[in-house]
Amino acid sequence: MSILVYADHDGSTVTPATRSAIACAQVIGEPIDLLVTGHDCGPVADSAAGIPGVNRVFLADAEHLGQQLAENVAPLLENLARDYSCVLAAATPAAKNILPRVAARLGVQQISEIVRVVSPDTFVRPIYAGNALATVQSSDPIKVITVRATAFDAVAADGGNASVEPLDAGQDAGLARYLGSELHASEGPELASARVVVSGGRGVGSADNFSLIEGLAKALGGAVGASRAAVDAGYVPNDFQVGQTGKVVAPELYVAVGISGAIQHLAGMKESKVIVAINKDPEAPIFQVADYGLEADLFTAVDEFRDALAP
Amino acid sequence: MKIVVPVKRVIDAYVKVRVKSDGSGVDTENVKMALNPFDEIALEAAMRLKESGQASEVVAVTAGPEAAQQQLRTALAMGADRALHIDTPADIQPLAVARLLVAICDREQPDLVLMGKQAIDDDANQVGQMLAALQGWAQGTFISALEPGEGEVLVTREVDSGHERLALPLPAVVTVDLRLNEPRYPKLPDIMKAKKKPIEGLTPEELAVDISTGLSVLKVEEPPARVGGARVNSVAELVEKLQQEAKVI
Repeated sequence: MSILVYADHDGSTVTPATRSAIACAQVIGEPIDLLVTGHDCGPVADSAAGIPGVNRVFLADAEHLGQQLAENVAPLLENLARDYSCVLAAATPAAKNILPRVAARLGVQQISEIVRVVSPDTFVRPIYAGNALATVQSSDPIKVITVRATAFDAVAADGGNASVEPLDAGQDAGLARYLGSELHASEGPELASARVVVSGGRGVGSADNFSLIEGLAKALGGAVGASRAAVDAGYVPNDFQVGQTGKVVAPELYVAVGISGAIQHLAGMKESKVIVAINKDPEAPIFQVADYGLEADLFTAVDEFRDALAP
Repeated sequence: MKIVVPVKRVIDAYVKVRVKSDGSGVDTENVKMALNPFDEIALEAAMRLKESGQASEVVAVTAGPEAAQQQLRTALAMGADRALHIDTPADIQPLAVARLLVAICDREQPDLVLMGKQAIDDDANQVGQMLAALQGWAQGTFISALEPGEGEVLVTREVDSGHERLALPLPAVVTVDLRLNEPRYPKLPDIMKAKKKPIEGLTPEELAVDISTGLSVLKVEEPPARVGGARVNSVAELVEKLQQEAKVI
Protein backbone atom coordinates (compact mmCIF):
# COMPACT_ATOMS: atom_id res chain seq x y z
CA MET A 1 0.00 0.00 0.00
CA SER A 2 2.37 2.69 -1.21
CA ILE A 3 1.25 6.21 -0.32
CA LEU A 4 2.08 9.58 -1.81
CA VAL A 5 1.49 12.57 0.46
CA TYR A 6 1.15 16.10 -0.92
CA ALA A 7 3.08 18.39 1.43
CA ASP A 8 1.46 21.68 2.38
CA HIS A 9 4.13 24.11 3.52
CA ASP A 10 4.84 27.71 4.47
CA GLY A 11 7.97 28.14 2.33
CA SER A 12 10.38 26.82 4.94
CA THR A 13 8.85 23.76 6.61
CA VAL A 14 5.86 21.49 6.03
CA THR A 15 2.82 22.43 8.09
CA PRO A 16 1.84 20.52 11.23
CA ALA A 17 -1.34 19.54 9.34
CA THR A 18 0.81 17.66 6.83
CA ARG A 19 2.54 15.83 9.66
CA SER A 20 -0.94 14.81 10.86
CA ALA A 21 -1.68 13.54 7.36
CA ILE A 22 1.52 11.46 7.53
CA ALA A 23 0.31 10.01 10.84
CA CYS A 24 -2.91 9.04 9.06
CA ALA A 25 -0.95 7.55 6.15
CA GLN A 26 0.97 5.37 8.60
CA VAL A 27 -2.31 3.77 9.68
CA ILE A 28 -3.11 2.95 6.04
CA GLY A 29 0.25 1.49 5.02
CA GLU A 30 3.75 2.10 3.72
CA PRO A 31 6.09 3.13 2.17
CA ILE A 32 5.19 6.82 2.43
CA ASP A 33 6.67 9.28 -0.05
CA LEU A 34 6.20 13.05 0.03
CA LEU A 35 5.80 15.55 -2.79
CA VAL A 36 7.01 19.08 -2.11
CA THR A 37 6.12 21.63 -4.79
CA GLY A 38 6.98 25.31 -4.89
CA HIS A 39 9.57 27.84 -5.89
CA ASP A 40 12.90 28.04 -4.02
CA CYS A 41 11.55 25.47 -1.60
CA GLY A 42 14.62 23.28 -1.24
CA PRO A 43 14.69 23.96 2.52
CA VAL A 44 11.15 22.57 2.78
CA ALA A 45 12.24 19.32 1.16
CA ASP A 46 15.32 19.13 3.38
CA SER A 47 13.27 19.58 6.54
CA ALA A 48 10.61 17.17 5.24
CA ALA A 49 13.30 14.53 4.78
CA GLY A 50 13.73 14.59 8.55
CA ILE A 51 10.17 13.55 9.28
CA PRO A 52 10.19 10.01 10.69
CA GLY A 53 8.37 7.45 8.55
CA VAL A 54 8.97 9.24 5.27
CA ASN A 55 10.72 7.10 2.67
CA ARG A 56 11.47 9.56 -0.16
CA VAL A 57 10.82 13.26 -0.69
CA PHE A 58 10.19 14.40 -4.27
CA LEU A 59 10.99 18.03 -4.91
CA ALA A 60 9.43 19.89 -7.84
CA ASP A 61 10.88 23.38 -7.76
CA ALA A 62 9.95 25.96 -10.39
CA GLU A 63 8.60 29.47 -10.67
CA HIS A 64 5.23 28.31 -11.99
CA LEU A 65 4.75 26.18 -8.85
CA GLY A 66 5.39 29.08 -6.46
CA GLN A 67 1.73 29.79 -5.70
CA GLN A 68 0.50 26.16 -5.59
CA LEU A 69 -1.88 26.86 -8.48
CA ALA A 70 -4.05 23.76 -8.83
CA GLU A 71 -3.72 23.78 -12.61
CA ASN A 72 0.07 23.45 -12.28
CA VAL A 73 0.40 21.18 -9.24
CA ALA A 74 -2.32 18.62 -10.04
CA PRO A 75 -0.59 17.18 -13.16
CA LEU A 76 2.55 16.44 -11.08
CA LEU A 77 0.51 14.50 -8.53
CA GLU A 78 -1.47 12.80 -11.28
CA ASN A 79 1.69 11.54 -13.00
CA LEU A 80 3.27 10.30 -9.78
CA ALA A 81 0.01 8.82 -8.51
CA ARG A 82 -0.01 6.03 -11.07
CA ASP A 83 2.81 4.36 -9.10
CA TYR A 84 0.90 4.49 -5.80
CA SER A 85 -2.19 2.94 -4.31
CA CYS A 86 -3.05 6.06 -2.33
CA VAL A 87 -2.61 9.83 -2.71
CA LEU A 88 -3.26 11.70 0.48
CA ALA A 89 -3.07 15.23 1.89
CA ALA A 90 -4.19 17.22 4.89
CA ALA A 91 -7.43 19.03 4.06
CA THR A 92 -5.83 22.47 3.89
CA PRO A 93 -7.13 25.14 1.50
CA ALA A 94 -4.31 24.25 -0.94
CA ALA A 95 -5.05 20.52 -0.93
CA LYS A 96 -8.81 21.01 -1.09
CA ASN A 97 -8.18 23.05 -4.22
CA ILE A 98 -5.77 20.59 -5.85
CA LEU A 99 -6.74 17.00 -4.95
CA PRO A 100 -10.18 16.81 -6.61
CA ARG A 101 -8.44 17.73 -9.88
CA VAL A 102 -6.10 14.79 -9.39
CA ALA A 103 -8.95 12.40 -8.53
CA ALA A 104 -11.01 13.48 -11.55
CA ARG A 105 -8.08 13.04 -13.93
CA LEU A 106 -7.42 9.59 -12.46
CA GLY A 107 -11.13 8.77 -12.77
CA VAL A 108 -11.49 7.97 -9.07
CA GLN A 109 -13.90 9.22 -6.42
CA GLN A 110 -12.03 11.30 -3.84
CA ILE A 111 -12.72 10.70 -0.16
CA SER A 112 -12.80 14.07 1.61
CA GLU A 113 -11.73 14.92 5.17
CA ILE A 114 -11.48 11.49 6.72
CA VAL A 115 -11.27 11.34 10.53
CA ARG A 116 -10.59 7.61 10.94
CA VAL A 117 -9.06 4.73 9.02
CA VAL A 118 -11.05 1.52 9.44
CA SER A 119 -8.97 -0.45 6.93
CA PRO A 120 -6.85 0.49 3.90
CA ASP A 121 -10.02 0.86 1.80
CA THR A 122 -12.57 1.90 4.43
CA PHE A 123 -12.72 5.28 6.14
CA VAL A 124 -14.92 7.40 8.39
CA ARG A 125 -15.75 10.96 7.40
CA PRO A 126 -18.08 13.56 8.86
CA ILE A 127 -21.08 14.67 6.80
CA TYR A 128 -23.70 17.32 7.53
CA ALA A 129 -21.10 19.48 9.26
CA GLY A 130 -20.19 16.70 11.64
CA ASN A 131 -23.77 15.94 12.65
CA ALA A 132 -23.36 12.46 11.19
CA LEU A 133 -20.44 10.15 10.47
CA ALA A 134 -20.33 8.11 7.27
CA THR A 135 -18.27 4.96 6.88
CA VAL A 136 -17.28 4.69 3.22
CA GLN A 137 -15.48 2.03 1.23
CA SER A 138 -13.49 2.66 -1.93
CA SER A 139 -12.90 0.08 -4.66
CA ASP A 140 -10.87 2.52 -6.77
CA PRO A 141 -7.37 1.34 -7.72
CA ILE A 142 -5.88 4.59 -6.41
CA LYS A 143 -7.45 6.14 -3.31
CA VAL A 144 -7.36 9.94 -3.30
CA ILE A 145 -7.93 11.14 0.24
CA THR A 146 -7.92 14.36 2.22
CA VAL A 147 -7.46 14.10 5.97
CA ARG A 148 -8.94 16.25 8.72
CA ALA A 149 -5.71 17.11 10.48
CA THR A 150 -7.26 17.58 13.92
CA ALA A 151 -8.28 13.92 13.97
CA PHE A 152 -4.69 12.62 13.90
CA ASP A 153 -1.77 13.46 16.18
CA ALA A 154 1.06 14.85 14.05
CA VAL A 155 4.23 12.78 13.69
CA ALA A 156 7.45 14.39 14.91
CA ALA A 157 9.18 16.99 12.73
CA ASP A 158 12.57 15.32 12.92
CA GLY A 159 14.38 12.09 13.63
CA GLY A 160 13.93 10.56 10.17
CA ASN A 161 16.32 10.26 7.27
CA ALA A 162 14.57 10.24 3.89
CA SER A 163 16.22 10.91 0.56
CA VAL A 164 15.37 14.00 -1.49
CA GLU A 165 14.89 13.40 -5.21
CA PRO A 166 14.40 16.19 -7.73
CA LEU A 167 11.32 15.86 -9.93
CA ASP A 168 10.65 17.34 -13.36
CA ALA A 169 8.50 20.38 -12.54
CA GLY A 170 6.51 20.20 -15.77
CA GLN A 171 5.12 23.21 -17.61
CA ASP A 172 3.08 26.21 -16.62
CA ALA A 173 -0.46 25.21 -17.66
CA GLY A 174 -1.00 28.81 -18.73
CA LEU A 175 -4.45 28.91 -17.13
CA ALA A 176 -4.91 30.76 -13.83
CA ARG A 177 -2.67 33.79 -13.34
CA TYR A 178 -1.61 34.80 -9.84
CA LEU A 179 -2.12 38.50 -9.13
CA GLY A 180 -1.30 38.85 -5.45
CA SER A 181 -2.23 38.13 -1.83
CA GLU A 182 -3.29 40.03 1.24
CA LEU A 183 -2.34 38.12 4.34
CA HIS A 184 -3.37 39.08 7.84
CA ALA A 185 -0.39 39.25 10.11
CA SER A 186 -0.99 37.45 13.38
CA GLU A 187 1.27 37.36 16.40
CA GLY A 188 0.18 34.19 18.15
CA PRO A 189 0.12 30.57 17.03
CA GLU A 190 -1.80 29.53 13.93
CA LEU A 191 -5.50 29.03 14.61
CA ALA A 192 -5.81 25.60 12.98
CA SER A 193 -3.02 24.03 15.04
CA ALA A 194 -2.97 26.08 18.26
CA ARG A 195 -2.98 24.30 21.63
CA VAL A 196 -5.37 26.91 23.01
CA VAL A 197 -8.01 28.88 21.13
CA VAL A 198 -9.98 31.81 22.56
CA SER A 199 -12.94 32.75 20.38
CA GLY A 200 -15.24 35.73 20.60
CA GLY A 201 -18.80 35.99 19.37
CA ARG A 202 -21.36 38.68 18.75
CA GLY A 203 -21.52 39.24 22.50
CA VAL A 204 -18.10 40.89 22.36
CA GLY A 205 -19.91 43.84 20.83
CA SER A 206 -17.34 45.61 18.67
CA ALA A 207 -14.07 45.32 16.83
CA ASP A 208 -12.39 47.38 19.56
CA ASN A 209 -13.64 45.05 22.27
CA PHE A 210 -11.98 42.15 20.49
CA SER A 211 -8.72 43.31 22.08
CA LEU A 212 -10.10 41.64 25.23
CA ILE A 213 -10.19 38.31 23.42
CA GLU A 214 -6.69 38.92 22.06
CA GLY A 215 -5.44 39.74 25.57
CA LEU A 216 -6.83 36.52 27.02
CA ALA A 217 -5.51 34.48 24.08
CA LYS A 218 -2.06 35.98 24.62
CA ALA A 219 -2.15 35.22 28.34
CA LEU A 220 -3.03 31.59 27.55
CA GLY A 221 -0.49 31.34 24.73
CA GLY A 222 -3.31 30.67 22.30
CA ALA A 223 -4.77 31.80 19.00
CA VAL A 224 -7.78 34.06 18.48
CA GLY A 225 -10.90 32.71 16.82
CA ALA A 226 -14.39 34.02 16.20
CA SER A 227 -17.90 32.89 15.48
CA ARG A 228 -19.49 33.63 12.13
CA ALA A 229 -21.73 36.19 13.82
CA ALA A 230 -18.66 38.13 14.97
CA VAL A 231 -17.15 37.94 11.49
CA ASP A 232 -20.38 39.03 9.83
CA ALA A 233 -20.62 41.93 12.28
CA GLY A 234 -17.20 43.03 11.03
CA TYR A 235 -15.33 42.58 14.34
CA VAL A 236 -12.58 40.41 12.79
CA PRO A 237 -11.60 39.14 9.32
CA ASN A 238 -13.09 35.91 7.99
CA ASP A 239 -9.95 33.83 8.43
CA PHE A 240 -10.60 33.97 12.19
CA GLN A 241 -13.86 32.13 11.71
CA VAL A 242 -14.32 28.81 13.51
CA GLY A 243 -17.20 26.63 12.35
CA GLN A 244 -18.88 24.85 9.49
CA THR A 245 -18.05 27.67 7.11
CA GLY A 246 -14.69 28.51 8.66
CA LYS A 247 -11.91 26.51 10.23
CA VAL A 248 -12.27 23.27 12.12
CA VAL A 249 -10.17 23.30 15.29
CA ALA A 250 -9.59 20.77 18.04
CA PRO A 251 -7.27 22.39 20.58
CA GLU A 252 -6.63 21.13 24.10
CA LEU A 253 -8.50 24.15 25.43
CA TYR A 254 -11.22 26.10 23.63
CA VAL A 255 -12.61 29.19 25.34
CA ALA A 256 -15.86 30.49 23.82
CA VAL A 257 -16.58 34.05 24.92
CA GLY A 258 -19.94 35.66 24.15
CA ILE A 259 -20.74 32.88 21.68
CA SER A 260 -24.27 31.46 21.79
CA GLY A 261 -23.24 28.15 20.20
CA ALA A 262 -25.11 27.84 16.92
CA ILE A 263 -24.87 24.35 15.45
CA GLN A 264 -22.67 25.75 12.66
CA HIS A 265 -20.15 27.01 15.23
CA LEU A 266 -20.18 23.77 17.23
CA ALA A 267 -19.30 21.89 14.03
CA GLY A 268 -15.96 23.68 14.03
CA MET A 269 -14.91 23.18 17.66
CA LYS A 270 -16.77 20.34 19.37
CA GLU A 271 -13.80 17.98 19.05
CA SER A 272 -11.78 20.24 21.38
CA LYS A 273 -10.48 18.43 24.44
CA VAL A 274 -11.75 20.92 27.02
CA ILE A 275 -14.38 23.57 26.27
CA VAL A 276 -14.98 26.63 28.41
CA ALA A 277 -17.99 28.85 27.77
CA ILE A 278 -18.39 32.34 29.17
CA ASN A 279 -21.80 33.82 28.43
CA LYS A 280 -24.34 35.89 30.31
CA ASP A 281 -27.30 34.02 28.78
CA PRO A 282 -27.89 30.90 30.92
CA GLU A 283 -29.89 29.34 28.06
CA ALA A 284 -27.09 29.67 25.48
CA PRO A 285 -26.65 26.29 23.70
CA ILE A 286 -22.87 26.56 24.04
CA PHE A 287 -23.27 25.55 27.71
CA GLN A 288 -24.55 22.12 26.66
CA VAL A 289 -21.19 21.19 25.13
CA ALA A 290 -19.00 23.09 27.60
CA ASP A 291 -17.00 21.22 30.23
CA TYR A 292 -16.92 24.39 32.27
CA GLY A 293 -19.66 26.94 31.77
CA LEU A 294 -19.47 30.32 33.47
CA GLU A 295 -22.61 32.42 33.41
CA ALA A 296 -21.21 35.91 33.71
CA ASP A 297 -20.74 39.27 32.08
CA LEU A 298 -17.91 38.58 29.66
CA PHE A 299 -16.18 41.92 30.10
CA THR A 300 -15.53 41.48 33.81
CA ALA A 301 -14.98 37.73 33.53
CA VAL A 302 -12.38 37.96 30.78
CA ASP A 303 -10.48 40.68 32.66
CA GLU A 304 -10.53 38.60 35.81
CA PHE A 305 -9.50 35.46 33.91
CA ARG A 306 -6.54 37.25 32.32
CA ASP A 307 -5.47 38.77 35.64
CA ALA A 308 -5.62 35.33 37.29
CA LEU A 309 -3.16 34.04 34.70
CA ALA A 310 -0.71 36.91 35.09
CA PRO A 311 2.45 35.75 36.82
CA MET B 1 -21.07 35.76 -21.25
CA LYS B 2 -23.17 32.65 -20.73
CA ILE B 3 -23.25 31.21 -17.21
CA VAL B 4 -24.20 27.72 -16.06
CA VAL B 5 -25.03 27.38 -12.35
CA PRO B 6 -25.15 23.80 -11.00
CA VAL B 7 -27.34 23.52 -7.91
CA LYS B 8 -28.21 20.82 -5.38
CA ARG B 9 -31.27 19.95 -3.33
CA VAL B 10 -30.24 19.47 0.31
CA ILE B 11 -31.81 19.37 3.75
CA ASP B 12 -32.45 22.95 4.86
CA ALA B 13 -29.47 24.33 6.76
CA TYR B 14 -31.61 25.12 9.82
CA VAL B 15 -33.05 21.64 10.20
CA LYS B 16 -31.41 19.34 12.71
CA VAL B 17 -30.51 16.23 10.76
CA ARG B 18 -31.51 12.83 12.13
CA VAL B 19 -29.60 9.67 11.41
CA LYS B 20 -31.84 6.72 10.50
CA SER B 21 -31.90 3.99 13.13
CA ASP B 22 -30.86 1.32 10.59
CA GLY B 23 -27.67 3.25 9.81
CA SER B 24 -28.52 3.53 6.12
CA GLY B 25 -28.33 7.31 5.99
CA VAL B 26 -29.92 10.53 7.13
CA ASP B 27 -33.69 10.88 7.26
CA THR B 28 -34.92 13.07 4.39
CA GLU B 29 -38.60 12.04 4.58
CA ASN B 30 -40.89 14.89 5.64
CA VAL B 31 -37.90 17.14 6.20
CA LYS B 32 -37.72 20.67 4.83
CA MET B 33 -35.50 20.69 1.76
CA ALA B 34 -33.80 23.71 0.23
CA LEU B 35 -31.34 24.94 -2.31
CA ASN B 36 -27.78 24.40 -1.08
CA PRO B 37 -26.89 27.80 0.49
CA PHE B 38 -23.59 28.07 -1.38
CA ASP B 39 -25.46 27.51 -4.66
CA GLU B 40 -27.85 30.35 -3.78
CA ILE B 41 -24.83 32.61 -3.50
CA ALA B 42 -23.57 31.42 -6.88
CA LEU B 43 -26.99 32.12 -8.40
CA GLU B 44 -27.05 35.57 -6.85
CA ALA B 45 -23.62 36.32 -8.32
CA ALA B 46 -24.78 35.11 -11.73
CA MET B 47 -27.92 37.26 -11.55
CA ARG B 48 -25.91 40.35 -10.64
CA LEU B 49 -23.69 39.76 -13.68
CA LYS B 50 -26.78 39.44 -15.85
CA GLU B 51 -28.47 42.52 -14.39
CA SER B 52 -25.35 44.60 -14.99
CA GLY B 53 -25.32 43.51 -18.62
CA GLN B 54 -22.18 41.39 -18.26
CA ALA B 55 -23.92 38.04 -18.67
CA SER B 56 -26.31 37.14 -21.46
CA GLU B 57 -27.95 34.01 -20.09
CA VAL B 58 -28.04 32.07 -16.82
CA VAL B 59 -28.85 28.36 -16.95
CA ALA B 60 -29.45 26.41 -13.73
CA VAL B 61 -28.81 22.66 -13.73
CA THR B 62 -29.30 19.94 -11.15
CA ALA B 63 -28.76 16.21 -10.92
CA GLY B 64 -31.20 14.51 -8.58
CA PRO B 65 -34.65 12.94 -8.20
CA GLU B 66 -37.79 14.54 -9.60
CA ALA B 67 -38.33 16.50 -6.38
CA ALA B 68 -35.15 18.46 -7.14
CA GLN B 69 -37.20 20.38 -9.69
CA GLN B 70 -38.51 22.38 -6.72
CA GLN B 71 -35.01 23.76 -6.25
CA LEU B 72 -34.77 24.52 -9.97
CA ARG B 73 -38.00 26.53 -9.58
CA THR B 74 -36.33 28.49 -6.81
CA ALA B 75 -33.37 29.12 -9.11
CA LEU B 76 -35.75 30.28 -11.84
CA ALA B 77 -37.55 32.53 -9.34
CA MET B 78 -34.20 34.08 -8.43
CA GLY B 79 -33.87 34.95 -12.10
CA ALA B 80 -32.27 32.06 -14.02
CA ASP B 81 -33.51 32.02 -17.61
CA ARG B 82 -34.06 28.28 -17.88
CA ALA B 83 -33.18 25.06 -16.11
CA LEU B 84 -32.00 21.53 -16.81
CA HIS B 85 -32.94 18.57 -14.67
CA ILE B 86 -30.85 15.41 -14.95
CA ASP B 87 -32.82 12.56 -13.43
CA THR B 88 -30.55 10.65 -11.02
CA PRO B 89 -30.70 9.20 -7.52
CA ALA B 90 -30.18 11.78 -4.74
CA ASP B 91 -26.96 10.22 -3.51
CA ILE B 92 -24.73 10.21 -6.60
CA GLN B 93 -21.08 10.95 -5.93
CA PRO B 94 -19.18 14.13 -6.90
CA LEU B 95 -17.22 12.44 -9.71
CA ALA B 96 -20.49 11.37 -11.36
CA VAL B 97 -21.88 14.90 -11.01
CA ALA B 98 -18.70 16.34 -12.54
CA ARG B 99 -18.98 13.92 -15.47
CA LEU B 100 -22.62 14.91 -16.02
CA LEU B 101 -21.60 18.57 -15.96
CA VAL B 102 -18.95 17.88 -18.61
CA ALA B 103 -21.78 16.69 -20.87
CA ILE B 104 -23.84 19.77 -19.98
CA CYS B 105 -20.88 22.04 -20.80
CA ASP B 106 -20.57 20.29 -24.19
CA ARG B 107 -24.21 21.10 -24.91
CA GLU B 108 -24.40 24.57 -23.44
CA GLN B 109 -20.90 25.93 -24.16
CA PRO B 110 -20.86 28.27 -21.15
CA ASP B 111 -18.14 30.88 -20.59
CA LEU B 112 -18.42 30.49 -16.85
CA VAL B 113 -19.61 27.76 -14.51
CA LEU B 114 -20.48 29.40 -11.19
CA MET B 115 -21.31 27.09 -8.28
CA GLY B 116 -21.20 26.59 -4.53
CA LYS B 117 -17.87 25.49 -3.06
CA GLN B 118 -19.57 22.51 -1.45
CA ALA B 119 -22.96 21.05 -0.66
CA ILE B 120 -23.89 21.13 3.01
CA ASP B 121 -25.02 17.50 3.02
CA ASP B 122 -21.98 15.44 2.01
CA ASP B 123 -19.49 18.32 2.52
CA ALA B 124 -17.29 16.86 -0.23
CA ASN B 125 -16.04 20.09 -1.82
CA GLN B 126 -15.04 18.41 -5.08
CA VAL B 127 -17.38 18.94 -8.04
CA GLY B 128 -16.11 22.34 -9.22
CA GLN B 129 -12.47 21.31 -9.15
CA MET B 130 -13.27 17.98 -10.84
CA LEU B 131 -15.25 19.67 -13.60
CA ALA B 132 -12.43 22.17 -14.22
CA ALA B 133 -9.90 19.33 -14.41
CA LEU B 134 -11.99 17.23 -16.79
CA GLN B 135 -12.51 20.27 -19.04
CA GLY B 136 -8.89 21.40 -18.78
CA TRP B 137 -10.12 24.79 -17.52
CA ALA B 138 -8.84 27.19 -14.90
CA GLN B 139 -10.57 27.19 -11.53
CA GLY B 140 -11.14 29.74 -8.80
CA THR B 141 -12.31 28.07 -5.60
CA PHE B 142 -13.69 29.51 -2.32
CA ILE B 143 -14.08 32.98 -3.79
CA SER B 144 -15.26 36.08 -1.93
CA ALA B 145 -15.10 38.54 -4.85
CA LEU B 146 -15.66 38.24 -8.59
CA GLU B 147 -15.17 40.76 -11.35
CA PRO B 148 -15.35 40.13 -15.10
CA GLY B 149 -12.37 41.26 -17.17
CA GLU B 150 -11.46 41.09 -20.84
CA GLY B 151 -11.83 37.40 -21.75
CA GLU B 152 -11.22 36.49 -18.12
CA VAL B 153 -12.63 36.81 -14.61
CA LEU B 154 -10.76 38.24 -11.65
CA VAL B 155 -11.45 36.41 -8.41
CA THR B 156 -10.46 36.80 -4.78
CA ARG B 157 -10.00 33.47 -3.01
CA GLU B 158 -10.26 32.85 0.73
CA VAL B 159 -7.11 31.04 1.84
CA ASP B 160 -5.42 30.43 5.18
CA SER B 161 -4.74 33.75 6.90
CA GLY B 162 -6.02 35.98 4.11
CA HIS B 163 -6.90 36.40 0.45
CA GLU B 164 -5.37 35.53 -2.87
CA ARG B 165 -6.27 37.16 -6.20
CA LEU B 166 -6.25 35.27 -9.51
CA ALA B 167 -7.11 36.02 -13.13
CA LEU B 168 -8.86 33.09 -14.82
CA PRO B 169 -9.09 32.88 -18.62
CA LEU B 170 -12.58 31.91 -19.80
CA PRO B 171 -14.12 29.41 -19.88
CA ALA B 172 -13.51 28.73 -16.20
CA VAL B 173 -15.11 27.20 -13.12
CA VAL B 174 -15.61 29.41 -10.07
CA THR B 175 -16.81 28.05 -6.71
CA VAL B 176 -18.16 30.55 -4.21
CA ASP B 177 -17.74 31.01 -0.49
CA LEU B 178 -20.28 32.49 1.90
CA ARG B 179 -19.01 36.03 1.93
CA LEU B 180 -19.44 36.77 -1.78
CA ASN B 181 -22.94 38.21 -1.40
CA GLU B 182 -26.31 38.04 0.36
CA PRO B 183 -28.69 36.09 -1.89
CA ARG B 184 -32.06 37.67 -2.65
CA TYR B 185 -35.42 36.25 -1.57
CA PRO B 186 -37.54 35.70 -4.66
CA LYS B 187 -40.66 37.90 -4.66
CA LEU B 188 -44.12 36.51 -5.37
CA PRO B 189 -44.32 37.84 -8.97
CA ASP B 190 -40.94 36.22 -9.67
CA ILE B 191 -42.14 32.93 -8.20
CA MET B 192 -45.22 33.10 -10.43
CA LYS B 193 -43.12 33.96 -13.46
CA ALA B 194 -40.76 31.07 -12.69
CA LYS B 195 -43.61 28.60 -13.07
CA LYS B 196 -43.74 29.43 -16.77
CA LYS B 197 -40.01 29.12 -17.39
CA PRO B 198 -38.85 25.89 -19.05
CA ILE B 199 -37.23 22.97 -17.20
CA GLU B 200 -35.73 20.50 -19.65
CA GLY B 201 -35.56 16.89 -18.50
CA LEU B 202 -32.47 14.80 -19.23
CA THR B 203 -31.11 11.42 -18.21
CA PRO B 204 -27.53 10.20 -17.73
CA GLU B 205 -28.17 7.78 -20.61
CA GLU B 206 -29.11 10.63 -22.95
CA LEU B 207 -25.92 12.40 -21.92
CA ALA B 208 -23.97 9.14 -22.34
CA VAL B 209 -22.56 9.37 -18.81
CA ASP B 210 -21.95 6.42 -16.49
CA ILE B 211 -22.84 7.64 -13.00
CA SER B 212 -21.36 4.72 -11.08
CA THR B 213 -18.25 5.40 -8.98
CA GLY B 214 -15.89 3.37 -6.84
CA LEU B 215 -17.21 4.65 -3.51
CA SER B 216 -19.98 3.12 -1.43
CA VAL B 217 -21.42 4.26 1.88
CA LEU B 218 -21.43 1.33 4.32
CA LYS B 219 -23.19 3.07 7.19
CA VAL B 220 -24.10 6.42 8.67
CA GLU B 221 -24.17 6.96 12.40
CA GLU B 222 -24.53 9.64 15.04
CA PRO B 223 -21.28 11.16 16.23
CA PRO B 224 -20.46 10.33 19.86
CA ALA B 225 -22.32 12.78 22.05
CA ARG B 226 -20.28 15.26 23.99
CA VAL B 227 -21.02 15.26 27.68
CA GLY B 228 -21.02 18.89 28.74
CA GLY B 229 -23.21 21.09 30.80
CA ALA B 230 -21.13 21.47 33.97
CA ARG B 231 -21.07 24.96 35.47
CA VAL B 232 -18.65 26.93 37.54
CA ASN B 233 -19.66 29.88 39.68
CA SER B 234 -16.67 32.16 39.42
CA VAL B 235 -13.56 32.87 37.43
CA ALA B 236 -11.48 31.68 40.38
CA GLU B 237 -13.26 28.32 40.35
CA LEU B 238 -12.82 28.12 36.57
CA VAL B 239 -9.07 28.73 36.75
CA GLU B 240 -8.70 26.24 39.58
CA LYS B 241 -10.60 23.54 37.65
CA LEU B 242 -8.59 24.17 34.49
CA GLN B 243 -5.38 23.83 36.48
CA GLN B 244 -6.20 21.01 38.89
CA GLU B 245 -8.88 18.95 37.14
CA ALA B 246 -8.46 19.44 33.37
CA LYS B 247 -4.75 20.27 33.64
CA VAL B 248 -4.79 22.35 30.48
CA ILE B 249 -3.32 25.58 31.86
